[in-house]
Amino acid sequence: MKKTTAITRNSLSGPLDDVAADAGHLEHPPRVGFFTDTSVCIGCKACEVACKEWNLVPETGFDLLGMSFDNTGELGANSWRHVAFIEQQAPSRAPEQAKATVDLPMPSFDLPGAGSGAESRTDFRWLMSSDVCKHCTHAGCLDVCPTGALFRTEFGTVVVQQDICNGCGYCVSGCPYGVIERREGDGRAHKCTLCYDRLKGGSQPACAQACPTQSIQFGPLDELRQRAAARVDELHAGGVTEARLYGEDPNDGVGGDGAFFLLLDEPEVYGLPPDPVVPTRDLPRMWGFAGAAAGAMLTAVVAVFAGSRRP
Amino acid sequence: MSERSRSHRKGKGADDGSREAPMVPRASFESYYGRPILKAPVWEDDIAYYFFLGGLSAGCALLSAGADITGRPALRRGTRVGGFAALGLGSVFLIKDLGRPERFLNMLRVFKPTSPMSVGTWILTAYGPAIGTAAISELQPAWLRRSLPGRLIDALARPAGLSAAALAPAVASYTAVLLSHTAVPAWNEAQEELPFIFTGSAAASAGGLGMIVAPVAEAGPARRLALYGAAVELAASRRLESRLGIVDEVFHTGVAGRQLQWAGRLTAAGAIGGALLGRRSRAAAVASGAALLAGGLFERLGLLNAGRQSTKDPRYVVEPQRARLRARDVLHVAVAEIQTG
Ligand code: SF4
Repeated sequence: MKKTTAITRNSLSGPLDDVAADAGHLEHPPRVGFFTDTSVCIGCKACEVACKEWNLVPETGFDLLGMSFDNTGELGANSWRHVAFIEQQAPSRAPEQAKATVDLPMPSFDLPGAGSGAESRTDFRWLMSSDVCKHCTHAGCLDVCPTGALFRTEFGTVVVQQDICNGCGYCVSGCPYGVIERREGDGRAHKCTLCYDRLKGGSQPACAQACPTQSIQFGPLDELRQRAAARVDELHAGGVTEARLYGEDPNDGVGGDGAFFLLLDEPEVYGLPPDPVVPTRDLPRMWGFAGAAAGAMLTAVVAVFAGSRRP
Repeated sequence: MSERSRSHRKGKGADDGSREAPMVPRASFESYYGRPILKAPVWEDDIAYYFFLGGLSAGCALLSAGADITGRPALRRGTRVGGFAALGLGSVFLIKDLGRPERFLNMLRVFKPTSPMSVGTWILTAYGPAIGTAAISELQPAWLRRSLPGRLIDALARPAGLSAAALAPAVASYTAVLLSHTAVPAWNEAQEELPFIFTGSAAASAGGLGMIVAPVAEAGPARRLALYGAAVELAASRRLESRLGIVDEVFHTGVAGRQLQWAGRLTAAGAIGGALLGRRSRAAAVASGAALLAGGLFERLGLLNAGRQSTKDPRYVVEPQRARLRARDVLHVAVAEIQTG
């Protein structure tokens, strides 16, 4: 399918129907992305491995972080997929359990730790979620890049051209999700490319292909959004009322993510910002304040010299 | 660690009276093992040195143009040369801070209005030769001055100096937009004040240098500019440091807190000292000027560190965003009520 659209409004923030056209690709394939359904993630990290293998991402050493099964820690220059593991008490499903209770230190007749059988177990759940670059509709990293190394591909994704990046590091601070990072020893910024090379060859990204549970789904964004909405309805109908989508809304602060998620708790529990905004949204306003300050400075200089032609 | 991730005991002892409904709601702040959400800025202190030197250069360009027009040769000479030297040194720090310094010129392969760094690079590309020409004309030895190129440079000095002055306010203020146009909470949320802090500090620093290089009789405008700059910088800082809710902390604590405190003290002392004593004693003028320069440097270092700090604690990211979402919810409920009722 090819689309042709003229450049329209909302180039800096807000909903944008055709990101690729906005970036100048007048003839282009449909925008693609990821829908990561964390409710079926089993934490196997096949995505992390497949990504490293395919993209030749360097290893990060052997770290034991003490964060459940997560020894990757975060997305970064050398981790383009990151599986988060959260151990928490399961939300109670039955209405009589709705009111949570807490332990008070009251005397009891049992030896401490006496109850170690099934009766002492609690409802526990393990949240797992494979995080990735969001390929934002309005990408902070791309907007601030001064060399043009970061660019919008014809697929609507965001990619760094490694032969151009000069390592200024602006993108690192431009990303509201803390995704992109400068690589130690290499000096350039690296992040997920949504397997641009594989897309060009007509394949799907390595992580999506490796995922054994279809937690990572790849496809045209429109289709993924429909699938995700249906999946949330299904989970809600099954009593999983905490299921919610994250990053799918074109009206959010980044104009919607190309890679969005189905989560089972608040985003910050997974290390995601609850309401990210592309800094570019305020750029005209920032220049407005800068213009006022610059004008004041110029006026002040005229004033300090005024009325004193010769010392 | 969040309330929720603590283990809960259930079952035995459930009816011995040791279980009660919690009186306080679940802790509102949660994070992923307390890890930062954002990446810390990669910029070293080098970038603060550049911000300081770039601002100083811009202020000098303005002072030297004024000195040129109003016939203050010593002030003109000192600020032209000082402004060019500051820019040269600042550019070294700027390039050194790149991950691939040898690719610096890639900055010039595009002009990107959405990137303040790109806009700034182009501003500097126009500004550098202008202030450079004005400075070289001051530095020419007599034999060169008599030659044709020498005479040409001298003829160009004034138009070049005025062009540099015209670009200088942009040089002094674009760096504020550069910092604000990030997801770093302390910088992004400071978007209203940063340009005033940066231009104010640039004016104060240049005024300080003017007091150092020019005799007291010529340095009147430098003293007044320092006073203006210090007043703007301090007023804008005051507003900023009490406006941002929880993010305020980063301006008052740790290294950033100390640096900003010293920045305020030195800037105020330098400006007031210059205004009161700078007209009578050259020594006092030099001391005041030095205090202003040190204050300007601490201001930039403090702001850099405040930004770094605000990325390290996820609370500075989550809490303002949560507050924003809550406010939006309240608004939606209110709108819905108005529509239904
Ligand atoms: S998530 Fe960050 S790195 Fe990825 S496109 Fe958005 S701004 Fe860029």
